[in-house]
Amino acid sequence: MSDGLKVELGRRYRFSASHRLHSPQLNEQENWRVYGKCNNPYGHGHNYVVEVTMSGRVDPATGMIVNLADLDSFVEREVIEAFDHKSLNEDLAAFRERVPTTEYVCMEIYRRLKSFPLAKLERVRVQETSNNAFEYAGEEIQSLAAV
Amino acid sequence: MVYLTRKIEFSASHLYHNPALTAEENRRIFGKCNNPHGHGHNYTLEVTVAGEPDPVTGMVLDLKELKEILEREITERMDHRFLNYEVPELQGLIPTCENIARVIWKLLDPKITQGRLHKVRLYETADLFAECYRNGAGAQ
Repeated sequence: MSDGLKVELGRRYRFSASHRLHSPQLNEQENWRVYGKCNNPYGHGHNYVVEVTMSGRVDPATGMIVNLADLDSFVEREVIEAFDHKSLNEDLAAFRERVPTTEYVCMEIYRRLKSFPLAKLERVRVQETSNNAFEYAGEEIQSLAAV
Repeated sequence: MVYLTRKIEFSASHLYHNPALTAEENRRIFGKCNNPHGHGHNYTLEVTVAGEPDPVTGMVLDLKELKEILEREITERMDHRFLNYEVPELQGLIPTCENIARVIWKLLDPKITQGRLHKVRLYETADLFAECYRNGAGAQ
């Protein structure tokens, strides 16, 4: 349908995980100053909400950009299984070298979902608490992937 | 440019069924949304209008006017309706969130004469929405 309109589909997912913000490039005092209680050595957890937005042609036969069952199983496999009820610092290779701030969590989820074959990933928004959220649309994905 | 968003809610029923497909294909593709008697949702619609505030009134457009447009074009047409059978604009379309959002855009765009319709976001549930905007305008 070439009516000059773009349609996107957004879907929310949830996972719960723990993390600790601590940069090996900073000393103990600096870490405490920068990260505050998020630097607590034993870590702490959040209920994260991940909003995934896809775009593409709306298939006239189904009325859909992408079948939700396909999107859900891809996100479940690529993200939720890896992140849910895990320690981000200890259980995910991506955060061995990187501080698991929600900025980096957002970028890592984007990297994992970018290869979805049935629609185009537009952006990933991660809500760490109901008061803060981060959004990533892929501008710097090359440099992230290179690390 | 200032973006102004107004939200409304409506409740409606629908079902997904493509008569060009077999009963089995319909069930495989649409799952429980293919239940022949339909099912319903509380939809939440967010409509964003972009524009410069009028120097006299300080408004992009009068919220009361936007409220009336939404009431007339969307609520009256879709609230407490069976979308497949009672909304002529959806005839021949599967009433997915994507298609309803696009129909809502087409209903509202010509009616908004102060400012410009920028975005329509339609939530079918808290965890699922479709967004529609002019190609190239970018989601804001």
